[in-house]
Amino acid sequence: MEKPLEIRWHGRGGQGAKTAALLFAESAIEEGKYSQGFPDYGPERMGAPMRGFTRIDEKPIRLHSQITNPDIVAVLDQTLLDVVDVTSGMPDDGIILVNTHKSPKEIRKLLKLKGKKVCTVDATKISLETIGKDIPNTVMIGAIIRASGVLDINTLIKNIDKKFSKKYNKSVAEANIRAIKRAYDEVNIE
Amino acid sequence: MSTIIGLTGNEAVAEAMRQINPDVVAAYPITPQTELMHKFADFVANGKVDTEMILVESEHSAMSASVGAAAGGARAMTATCANGLALMWEIVYIAASLRLPIVMAVVNRALSGPINIHNDHSDSMGCRDSGWIQIYSENSQEAYDNTIMAVKIAENKDVLLPVMVTLDGFILSHTLERIEILDDKQVREFIGEYIPQNHLLDINHPVTIGPLDLQDYYFEHKRQEAEAINNALEVVEEVSFEYSRLTGRNYDVLELYRMEDAERAIVALGSTAGTVKFTVDSLRENGEKVGMIKLRLFRPFPYKEIYEALKNVKSFAVLDKCISFGYGGPVYGEIKSALYNYQAFIPAVNYIYGLGGRDIKPTSIKKVFDELKHITKEGVNGKLIHYLDVRE
Repeated sequence: MEKPLEIRWHGRGGQGAKTAALLFAESAIEEGKYSQGFPDYGPERMGAPMRGFTRIDEKPIRLHSQITNPDIVAVLDQTLLDVVDVTSGMPDDGIILVNTHKSPKEIRKLLKLKGKKVCTVDATKISLETIGKDIPNTVMIGAIIRASGVLDINTLIKNIDKKFSKKYNKSVAEANIRAIKRAYDEVNIE
Repeated sequence: MSTIIGLTGNEAVAEAMRQINPDVVAAYPITPQTELMHKFADFVANGKVDTEMILVESEHSAMSASVGAAAGGARAMTATCANGLALMWEIVYIAASLRLPIVMAVVNRALSGPINIHNDHSDSMGCRDSGWIQIYSENSQEAYDNTIMAVKIAENKDVLLPVMVTLDGFILSHTLERIEILDDKQVREFIGEYIPQNHLLDINHPVTIGPLDLQDYYFEHKRQEAEAINNALEVVEEVSFEYSRLTGRNYDVLELYRMEDAERAIVALGSTAGTVKFTVDSLRENGEKVGMIKLRLFRPFPYKEIYEALKNVKSFAVLDKCISFGYGGPVYGEIKSALYNYQAFIPAVNYIYGLGGRDIKPTSIKKVFDELKHITKEGVNGKLIHYLDVRE
């Protein structure tokens, strides 16, 4: 039985790993796919390591267990690399994307990775320069789309525009879209 | 026309409530209340519904206010979970015995102690003898659909009983999924206008609700309540059929999954049913004759239907996300009674699992199916109650 595509998001409380997991799922649904997005259900505290999960499939998703063997891992905060086993359960052909100024080669060495596609993007820098705050989640979504080819970047942009314009305002939405586009262009893929 | 969107289970039920547009919603606005009521309160604040929202000081009062509203002839709804439902308990019974068609979403979560906020079925299973109809949801789509159907089931004149629609805490309540939402008009036409029976504000036909009822008539009223909930089974079937015709989504009191030639079966309810289906599919690819029965309706219990569904299997297991201490799983007990009623003897075991939110994976479900192979060959061998994925 082929399982859905599974993504695990690692972040710290307040960085938006949950939002990223749900936004990604929502964009997949907008594209006509089936999807689930859910957080790791703990008492969330600002700064504490936390996780988000996304499943995507072309057919209805029946599984309701947690994700332990993710095809894609996104790390929103590079300081987590020392404290969390971010590659746990990943298959050899999995994709890992880290928010860092380092190169994929340096990350591969640091995590002693064999196989796997390693990608990096300086999402913190991009989010500071575009959104004006260190909220790397939407930036990471843009980079994941580029690194994995899972969704169409335009669906995400449309979704962010709609959602953020309503929840915040037009300029917040536009800043996030600029961030996503930059992440899409600037991601380093090894 | 329906719309496809991504919603969490909480949002999906809140959306159904918005479309139902109940007259009164009473809720306790603090933990253990979930985001569900938060979303609905947004609809009230933004003028999207005509509902009179009553924020009360406890869950006990939330149910009391719902009882008062329903007795006054209002279409009343509420939502709760876990210890909130436990605190409501006294009034939960009163709502049913006064025959008030209140609909309540229960986001299933564990009961303390120790303190735990995660999913299991201890809360709603604790209300199984209360006279409420109980419908369990596999995913957020079902939670949405069941909420709409519940209104029509509760208000049926042969039933007039409250309905609990459950959805697994966090696993569904906080998970965004693809949901198909009906048009507001379709929902309102389906549930119809509420015409309350025997209510307090009908001054031309004065009635007394909830008076002292001692040895003379109390028993007769309980007997009628028993009859009403038994009537509900057929009404659930009818309403589900009507809803299936409207939406194309098929609902019945049970869902049989790949049971045609199944030799081994698992009975489950709630979100785990989906994970079992996934496991059944992968075992079927290896030629294993396995299947699943999802119990959608737990009260009234579909004895005959479950017997019919199980009568040809060689062995089966019942998964319970709850313990009746001193016995085992409540669903297991009911199913064994069902088989006894029809003089069927099929080797059957019980697996208690997932208490306090312990994750259940396809690998664990496969272990249960593997164990059923032995049970088919060698019988149960005395050990009926098993605990899945627990440190012993």
